[in-house]
Amino acid sequence: MSSGTSIRVGADIVKVAQVSDSIASFGERYLRRIYTEHEIASCAGPPSVTSAGLAARFAAKEATLKVLRPSEHRPDWRSMEVLRHPEGWCSMSLSGLAAELATRAGIGELAVSLTHEEGIAAAVVVALCNDEEVPGQPREPHERDLASNGVG
Amino acid sequence: MDEKIRSILTEHGRFPVDVAGIEDNEDLFEAGMTSHASVNVMLALEDEFDLEFPESMLRKSTFETVAAIRSALVELAAS
Repeated sequence: MSSGTSIRVGADIVKVAQVSDSIASFGERYLRRIYTEHEIASCAGPPSVTSAGLAARFAAKEATLKVLRPSEHRPDWRSMEVLRHPEGWCSMSLSGLAAELATRAGIGELAVSLTHEEGIAAAVVVALCNDEEVPGQPREPHERDLASNGVG
Repeated sequence: MDEKIRSILTEHGRFPVDVAGIEDNEDLFEAGMTSHASVNVMLALEDEFDLEFPESMLRKSTFETVAAIRSALVELAAS
């Protein structure tokens, strides 16, 4: 990796049955607190298809949190939105606090990959970080900074 | 209140251990509660205590321990 850039990776898995149970227990309240209209629409279909798609999206949100590394307030789940494109591939769109955290970390774009199989959904998120200081934004300490300071 | 909190944790927390054995200040995530399960716990608490967690309280620390959950509920009830 060239100087001035670094990579962050986040991954997470979710049992599809747990999402099915949440929908059965809390219905619309569960859906509206976690997923955007687009995400819900993207997963429309038989219950098993819907649950699998939403489980993958929850995993993507969790994977994104691992990349953003919030220290105090956690971004709203809906501010980390999986966008499904007509060709079938997905991207991650950030807003609100999630977008602020990405800016602070020098993250310009996130790449996301979703999958589900045999009752398990998973997602991986990769971010390329520009470690140069962003004007007006406090830069987070980088692993190299910590190493040079004798930490870790 | 503690009894209801622990009942909800038992039903929705999906712990691999008996919730009765978890101390008030023991980390619930380290005890096995996943983030997804914590969402269910939050929704069940809202149902049980007829309140809604505002965005400002949606942080991991709010649901990190039984004591933290109790404090959050007391704070919400007083507001």
